[in-house]
Amino acid sequence: MSAVATQTRGRAAFTGAPWFTSLVTVILLVAMLGIGGAVYPGFLSLQVIFNLLIDNAFLLVIAVGMGFVILAGGIDLSVGSVLALSTMISAWLLQHAHWPPVAVIALVLLLGACFGGAMGAIIHLFKLQPFIVTLAGMFLARGLCYLISVESITIDDPVFTAMSQTQVPILGGFLSPGAIIALVVLLVAIWLAHFTAFGRAVYAVGGNEQSAAMMGLNVGRTKVLVYALSGFCASLGGVLFAFYMLSGYGLHGQGTELDAIAAVVIGGTLLTGGYGYIAGALSGVLVLGAIQTLIAFDGTLSSWWTKIVIGALLFIFCVVQRVMGGRSKE
Amino acid sequence: MNARATEAAVKPTAQQGKRTAWLQHPLVRPLGALVALLLVDAFLVPGFFHLEVKEGHLYGAIVDILNRAAPLMLAALGMTLVIATRGIDISVGAVVALSGTVSAMLIGGSTPNMPMALALAASLGVALLCGLWNGVLVAGIKLQPIVATLILMVAGRGLAQLLTDGQIVTVYYEPFFFLGGGYLAGLPFSLFVVAAVFAVTLLLVKKTALGLFIQAVGINPVAARLAGLRTATLITFVYVFCSACAGLAGMLITSNIKSADANNAGLLLELDAILAVTLGGTSLAGGKFSLVGSMIGALIIQTLTSTIYSLGVPPEVNMVVKSIVVFVVCISQSSEFKTILRRSA
Repeated sequence: MSAVATQTRGRAAFTGAPWFTSLVTVILLVAMLGIGGAVYPGFLSLQVIFNLLIDNAFLLVIAVGMGFVILAGGIDLSVGSVLALSTMISAWLLQHAHWPPVAVIALVLLLGACFGGAMGAIIHLFKLQPFIVTLAGMFLARGLCYLISVESITIDDPVFTAMSQTQVPILGGFLSPGAIIALVVLLVAIWLAHFTAFGRAVYAVGGNEQSAAMMGLNVGRTKVLVYALSGFCASLGGVLFAFYMLSGYGLHGQGTELDAIAAVVIGGTLLTGGYGYIAGALSGVLVLGAIQTLIAFDGTLSSWWTKIVIGALLFIFCVVQRVMGGRSKE
Repeated sequence: MNARATEAAVKPTAQQGKRTAWLQHPLVRPLGALVALLLVDAFLVPGFFHLEVKEGHLYGAIVDILNRAAPLMLAALGMTLVIATRGIDISVGAVVALSGTVSAMLIGGSTPNMPMALALAASLGVALLCGLWNGVLVAGIKLQPIVATLILMVAGRGLAQLLTDGQIVTVYYEPFFFLGGGYLAGLPFSLFVVAAVFAVTLLLVKKTALGLFIQAVGINPVAARLAGLRTATLITFVYVFCSACAGLAGMLITSNIKSADANNAGLLLELDAILAVTLGGTSLAGGKFSLVGSMIGALIIQTLTSTIYSLGVPPEVNMVVKSIVVFVVCISQSSEFKTILRRSA
């Protein structure tokens, strides 16, 4: 009897552990790559995996920012349009105002952080629901894109072109500068989340805002900073996207906010906040990228299958989270 | 109590209180906004209020606005009830695309593949299934509404594209066009659809206990459940109703443009519907809702769009204006803002 009881308790501790969903995602990723390698010749090369990173560098950066917002119990729907606005502002300043690229990037990042911070301040000061405020932010940023130009603006700045074409050789394969920036952002974010007071405050606010406030944490400051960070990441994602596409366009990055939320959820972060790892953003983004690559390798499946598979994965992960969340509370 | 006491203190005399009492009515602000917009139109757009009868149909900018607002009004009706239970449904646009696609595919060419009534019933059935899915996820599995409906929002459009193979399905069957483009007694038929749905919803909410129940769930779901309400069934119903409205809107849109575009039909309609509901004075925190307000909200959005078009302002400005309106409305609705206002008054 007691042996059985210990066993079930052991199993509950295993499935209820914080890293369990993250582990499931990693297993899923490995399985997907394995199946891909078995079915399609040439799939399982290092460069295919590197390409996942290169093609999704902007999404990784955005998912990192989104990870902080979701950990703090919020949501940011404006990231896709902030990305578009960043590509638009960079393109316009480079092509029409002839600013130096470094100044353009600095300004865009600053604007993104301010945009996010302003939304965070409104959410905190007026106690509004994050999704409605960031929804309005999404409209605003997209609308501002079209005020700059309705047409796509091509970027031919030498620095941006160099960033888009440089290949940094690593381990026999190569990465783009954008992918390396994204990985650096991820490392800094992991440090920020797990080794600083700010990170602990984010987890505390996401776990229970009231208790966090009673503990004497500055909830308002944390929330504003979290949204500012997400805005910063979204505009950095925009800069990386501009490197990648070499253009600014108001239609860039449509639906990116949903991909980022999906990546964070699949990476094992609880949508109710306070629970999960920033590193999960990487596995989430890679799973989404692997789905797209698998569908592209297959050739017979149409691109809309991507949406259906992502929807199904989201569903499975939400339900698993829900079931396990309920069990751990009991 | 406290708030009311301060309010009374602000108003010096009872007489003055009576004079401003009507200003406190929740519909005053949305109506005021609509009237203000119409006044702008009256001054700046020549012939805005001009109506004329051509071939037995009523023509004019006003009729046009009403006709174009029909799908949005339907979506806003469903969204109102969902938001009243503290929920949100962001899959409305995907359901519009799905039901529109199904109806277009089932009716097909100039001779319908199956009786039109059956085809319409089938596409409404698809919408009901979508709603049931959302409802079960929210009420059964207890996912957060925004996440639960996000799943369908992502996958629904994919499913619609899968059905059509990514093509735009064109309909050639004449009687189907009547739904979204026909005229009855000189007015667009879509208005009658909206009016019928509105009347049924209003009756359900005002003449049965449903309205009270929805309000109870929105104000405090736990208390409502402890009081003996079947909150899970109620919440499921609300999502099914919302999807049914979206499904109808999808059929109107498909019939109006005589084709179904799985990629773009109803794109961002959920956002406009949420905006319409918020503009109409329904609180996003649940509990307080106004169906009439949501209809006015939908009209405000459509009038705003038409105004921007007819003033010759680039239509892209529309999004900026809409977002600023959302910010202003949300902030002015929040109790923190009212406290600040009271303190400074």
